[in-house]
Amino acid sequence: MDERQRREYWRRNLRLMAILLTIWAAVSFGAGIWFVEPLNNIVIADFPLGFWFAQQGSILTFLALIAVYVWRMDKLDKEYGVDELEEEVHHS
Amino acid sequence: MSDIQIWTLVFAALSFALYIYIAVASRVKDTAGFYVAGGGIPAPANGAAIAADWMSAASFISMAGIVALSTNGYDGSVYLMGWTGGYVLLALLLAPYLRKFGKYTIPDFVGDRYSETARMVAVICTVVISFVYVAGQMSGTGLVFARFLNVNATTGVIIGMVIVFFYAVLGGMKGITWTQVAQYSVLIVAYLIPAVAISTTVTNIPVPQIGFGQILAELDGLQRDLGFAEYTEAFTNSNMLNVTLMTATLMFGTAGLPHVIVRFYTAKSVRAARFSALWALFFIALLYTTAPSIAAFSKLNILQDVSGTAVDNLPGWAQTWADVDLITVDDLNNDGIIDYGADAANELTINNDILVLAAPEIAGLPAPVIGLVAAGALAAALSTASGLLLVISSSIANDVYYKKINPQATEARQLMVGRITMAAAIVVAGYLGINPPGFVAQVVALAFGLACASFFPVLVLGIFWKKCTAMGATAGMITGLVVTLAYMLWTIDIYGNSDGIFGITETSFGVVGMALNIIVTVVVSQFTPKPSPVMQELVEEIRYPGRTKLVEAHAHGDLPPDVH
Repeated sequence: MDERQRREYWRRNLRLMAILLTIWAAVSFGAGIWFVEPLNNIVIADFPLGFWFAQQGSILTFLALIAVYVWRMDKLDKEYGVDELEEEVHHS
Repeated sequence: MSDIQIWTLVFAALSFALYIYIAVASRVKDTAGFYVAGGGIPAPANGAAIAADWMSAASFISMAGIVALSTNGYDGSVYLMGWTGGYVLLALLLAPYLRKFGKYTIPDFVGDRYSETARMVAVICTVVISFVYVAGQMSGTGLVFARFLNVNATTGVIIGMVIVFFYAVLGGMKGITWTQVAQYSVLIVAYLIPAVAISTTVTNIPVPQIGFGQILAELDGLQRDLGFAEYTEAFTNSNMLNVTLMTATLMFGTAGLPHVIVRFYTAKSVRAARFSALWALFFIALLYTTAPSIAAFSKLNILQDVSGTAVDNLPGWAQTWADVDLITVDDLNNDGIIDYGADAANELTINNDILVLAAPEIAGLPAPVIGLVAAGALAAALSTASGLLLVISSSIANDVYYKKINPQATEARQLMVGRITMAAAIVVAGYLGINPPGFVAQVVALAFGLACASFFPVLVLGIFWKKCTAMGATAGMITGLVVTLAYMLWTIDIYGNSDGIFGITETSFGVVGMALNIIVTVVVSQFTPKPSPVMQELVEEIRYPGRTKLVEAHAHGDLPPDVH
């Protein structure tokens, strides 16, 4: 990667992180804590929605967020040709 | 010996034999194998090992009970969200970059990135956090032995120590990792069987995560009738501020715990480190989404079958636990009926720790399943203990002995020192497990606050901010640690009794300490000497996977010692 590609790679990584972390906060702190009371008035499949987000939905969302991150970063690595260069590096 | 005891013995013995077999099969000969399993663990196995490492006796035995009983439903969500949300931070902010950096321990990263002073501060933080945490695991092991096999807790702890000694000292990280894969399998099967059985019996839905929705309305109604707040109602034990801060503290603390972070060094590559985080959260989520359903089903069972029955006619499972005083019934008004309620007239007290252990009996499952659950609880406690002990051993042997005392030490000698410190750490942990300091339960929760306030900011800033200076990071770490520790001592019941600032509880304060840490690090970094251009370039390189010049030179020890 040359200097310009490096900058681009990093900028795209940061943008992906920002999007995913915003969803992370919105679901856990937003839906699970700050707006839990109004959301509890909505009941879906017998679950009050706020309670569901706090005990199930947030965990499932976290899992989905990491899955999207892994998938997008894989694509990004391929695009910039750093996916095949991986080698074990450990200090002696 | 009862049926249950025989089956517990069978499953405990079988699982221990399996762990020892794995230990012998995965003996290691070099330090890279001992500290990070040679960095050669495939992602799914590494994920299962992280999950077992992470899910301690507290997750397995206590969490469902905490949700159902001591936090009355919704408020227990802080643990569910806090202990899983941290993995998003780990995956996105730490795992790939620390793996690229390619070292053995957190102090290693802190020392190489910042300075030798920072390394020593990090060693102290690591050892304190890990010992605090491991004491709880050892006493958890003793507890399970005592309850299921009627041996005394001390003997139980010693048996646990011998088993851990075997595979941790022989196999180091390699032995520990493969044992943890086995331990994860045991514990998740043991956790899911009773949950699926209860859900199927009560709701005809074999997926407990979906099934427990069916009973929530009934549970809310029953709790209302008895004078409790509704199960799904928010903020009944704790206010919104504390729920927010505690969730954040557990999340950032998770992402700062040394024994979790070190697992990403064991991955094969940067890509494998990312996948390890994904697998880890998948395996953890299996248990963490099941826990709230066990909580709800057990609570319903208690309200329906225990509350309101005659004092001398407890259901079978409740009588078993009443016999060992973990359920206590005190017929205050002498009417012969158990009156369960939220006020002073309450006559029923149930220990948090029995819900999961009692779940098979509540579901009417046969004795072998109960034995399996006991083996699962032991697996959870032992796997976490061994991960923590490895971190203690590698911090002392690698960061203190090799880096400070004897840099000329041969590979064989380093490995021997690693094994000796491991053995010593096991003995200390066992002692703490047999004679737990009175405050051990609180202190385990506090370990998260300390990890959050000390490590998380210096790691993230060290990766994402090239101009973060050594003095900035050291000052930040010390500020976070000292302020958080002081606030804890000031507010915790045993030492002080203060209400704190804005009513923030000691377990919620870690994230405030973290904020202070960040402010101090950023401000001090403005006025202190910037990292060398080589260091800045090295930090730049860890952003990109694949081979890069400086990271490789660093890995082979070819960078000048004053590169900071």
